[in-house]
Amino acid sequence: MARTSNTAKIYLALIFIILYAPILYLIFYSFNSGGSMNNFESFTWEHYAAVFSDTRLIMILINTVIVALLSALIATIIGVFGSIGIVYMRNKSIRNSLLSLNNVLIVSPDVVIGASFLILFTMIGVKLGFASVLISHIAFSIPIVVLMVLPKLQEMNSSLIDAAADLGATKGEILRRVIIPFIKPGIFAGFFMALTYSLDDFAVTFFVTGNGFSTLSVEIYSMARAGITLTINALSGIIFIVTILLVVGYYFINQRGKNPVGMGVRK
Amino acid sequence: MQTKNTKTFYLIPYFAWILLFVIAPIALIAYYSLFDLSGNFTLDNYKNFFTSIYLKLTLSSFWYAFLITFFSLIVAYPTAYLLTKTKHKQLWLLLIIIPSWINLLLKTYAFIGIFGLYGPINAFLNVFGFGETQILFTDFSFIFVSVYIFIPFMILPIFNALDKLNPSLIDASRDLGASSWTTFTKVIFPLTTNGVKAGIQAVFIPSLSLFMITRLIAGNKVITLGTAIEQQFLVTQNWGMGSTIAVFLIIFMVIVMIITGQREKGATSNGKN
Repeated sequence: MARTSNTAKIYLALIFIILYAPILYLIFYSFNSGGSMNNFESFTWEHYAAVFSDTRLIMILINTVIVALLSALIATIIGVFGSIGIVYMRNKSIRNSLLSLNNVLIVSPDVVIGASFLILFTMIGVKLGFASVLISHIAFSIPIVVLMVLPKLQEMNSSLIDAAADLGATKGEILRRVIIPFIKPGIFAGFFMALTYSLDDFAVTFFVTGNGFSTLSVEIYSMARAGITLTINALSGIIFIVTILLVVGYYFINQRGKNPVGMGVRK
Repeated sequence: MQTKNTKTFYLIPYFAWILLFVIAPIALIAYYSLFDLSGNFTLDNYKNFFTSIYLKLTLSSFWYAFLITFFSLIVAYPTAYLLTKTKHKQLWLLLIIIPSWINLLLKTYAFIGIFGLYGPINAFLNVFGFGETQILFTDFSFIFVSVYIFIPFMILPIFNALDKLNPSLIDASRDLGASSWTTFTKVIFPLTTNGVKAGIQAVFIPSLSLFMITRLIAGNKVITLGTAIEQQFLVTQNWGMGSTIAVFLIIFMVIVMIITGQREKGATSNGKN
């Protein structure tokens, strides 16, 4: 076994190096006082300073966070109520077709979602910009919330609800004091996944964002098309730290809920 | 009666979402594919799709998606297998997943520097006496970056399938005298095909529709179905043709899902092993 385990270690180490090298490479050059990603001249914070002094970029950053938080919150609310409705649906065939429809947006290619939403918004007359981006993010986050919450609901013993009802709890009380506390880990996981979906999205936003509004992904795309600017590197350093914090947070939520890690990784 | 009302009340926003954002967009795509640039009803878009330009594009898109999926699988399977053998495997798995949560654009952007003419790869090649080679804007760079992006999504389902595998099955196979290769081909691989299929599904469909990586890394040399849709919608503003390509992309997606589809019952009984 010792022989295989050595090659195994080397192979795994190689995979980890390849996975992390580009990210570390980006962050490394964010401290480069030279203007490029190949000659490291001397250490500087100037690119980080550039990020924070660029009001347009800061606005875009704030926009991105607002869209992510709002869309995750609304998607979680709609998704949780939707899954409660689905779980207590008696008609099995309607329930199953609802579940298949739920998964359509998860498996659809981003480009198709973006293009079809663009048609939809143009048709019903939603102005392209903040509203269209927010609505799209809510729309593609709902199914993942449902997928995270449903297993928790199915795990729940229905006699808990019967017991609460027998003891005189009203519908609202059952929801607030029995169902919601029980499925809380699923709700948190769903909210978190919706958040990362929104922060990570490029293609859908690219289609439905108008001229005046931009999120970070779209902005990075147009900056990267124009060439290398170390401001992007500094941005990625900041994003990396935030992502690590979010992942650690998610990990602890998952540990508490004892779900398998990374159940809903972004496709 | 009251119960029924509350239940419908819960479902109203969710139903509205399904109608507006699941059913309506697909219907609209199908509807728009029937109109030409000036808004006349026509089947020309479909006729156009079957001309050599679009058929070639579809074929090359499939070929790239196949290569990306193939290399992802080749790299991911051993990784997933070795991960299940480590101590603290959930922690290692998390470390594999973390890069997938870093913004896709940033990872792609990193490769513009890495593969650039004066980047580290070229510097490395220089040591061995190769001159500066253009790595960026080639098929190689496109496939490498795509595989890099998709690897975690291939590893995860395979890892889950391997993790559920009952180790006593492997012991039994070894006790009965099978070599490790036979054990792999006859026991381990067949029992994890569901994970492999899920991985293929998670990689192949997005590969067909990539457009950001093609633009940034392949410099418009590689055109996928996704690039074509983006081009038609946002550059030439020919929504009809764009929708037609999207209709075909949806059809291909459904076909891929049917091929890689898992028989639910089989999957769960395997999983419970």
